[in-house]
Amino acid sequence: MDTFTIAGKTFTSRLVVGTGKYSSPAVMVKAHEASGAEMITVAVRRVNISDRTKESLLDYIDTSKYFLLPNTAGCYSADEAVRTARLGREAGLSNWVKLEVIGDERTLFPDNEELLKATHVLVKEGFVVLPYTNDDPVVCRKLEDAGAAAVMPLGAPIGSGLGIQNPNNISIIREFAHVPVIVDAGVGTASDASRAMELGADGVLMNTAIAGAQDPVAMAEAMKLAVRAGRLAYLAGRIPRKSYASASSPVDGLVGR
Amino acid sequence: MTITLNGDRVEVAGPVTVAELLARLEIDARRVAVEHNLVVLKRTAFDGTEVKEGDEVEIVNFVGGG
Repeated sequence: MDTFTIAGKTFTSRLVVGTGKYSSPAVMVKAHEASGAEMITVAVRRVNISDRTKESLLDYIDTSKYFLLPNTAGCYSADEAVRTARLGREAGLSNWVKLEVIGDERTLFPDNEELLKATHVLVKEGFVVLPYTNDDPVVCRKLEDAGAAAVMPLGAPIGSGLGIQNPNNISIIREFAHVPVIVDAGVGTASDASRAMELGADGVLMNTAIAGAQDPVAMAEAMKLAVRAGRLAYLAGRIPRKSYASASSPVDGLVGR
Repeated sequence: MTITLNGDRVEVAGPVTVAELLARLEIDARRVAVEHNLVVLKRTAFDGTEVKEGDEVEIVNFVGGG
């Protein structure tokens, strides 16, 4: 069985999915099932005090089946992210966090300086930190040195669906890292997920690509297969790229020659 | 007394424990996390933590996200 392990916890699915932007909780539940994912991300937000009629997200997530990964999405400083991570830990009773510290509103690119600062603090507090980061091997190395349990470089801006913009960097990050590498953000369709896995990523995390698809449940299944296909192709070892043809059929014994 | 609850100044009869405050707001304590004056509380501390005049309370839960 091809499994991967983060901080001592072993997963059989290499696909991590989100819970945002679904048209309805029912669609989300079906998409989660179709994805085969074992770890799902959630955000931490203030309870709506004035309107308590809204159902809780947790009403729709079987926590005996899925491992919850709270994120710090929307945080713009290390302090905010640390505060949110601590709240997420109490709400979910696990010490895992998808650490996001955003540096720019339009691109949602990470603020590496603040991200590193928050990683140091949270690792010291016993968190299993999975930082969402740039596709920068040096930053990933610094995060690993700071004690991150995995590194999660972006393929492209969050929600952009542009696919893996810098495949070479993802390969280098994989080559350098001693912790799992999860490509987080930027996936638009199944081939993007396959590509990430073919580059050697240990996993792929996505939300919008599934939730925003016209048929999220079908796309979730496509992503499950794509991640699996990409992983198998990576393990199988692709042929080298060549500039010219190399015939697949015998060149001898041709009729009439 | 006046407290700041999720960023809004609100009037509540007090003093009141965090557990009582959640009950009054009809919030299931098992589904939320609470920060009291910037300190995140363990769930087991909800009963024993008293909210006083001028305190800041944040009550959060999980919502959809990526």
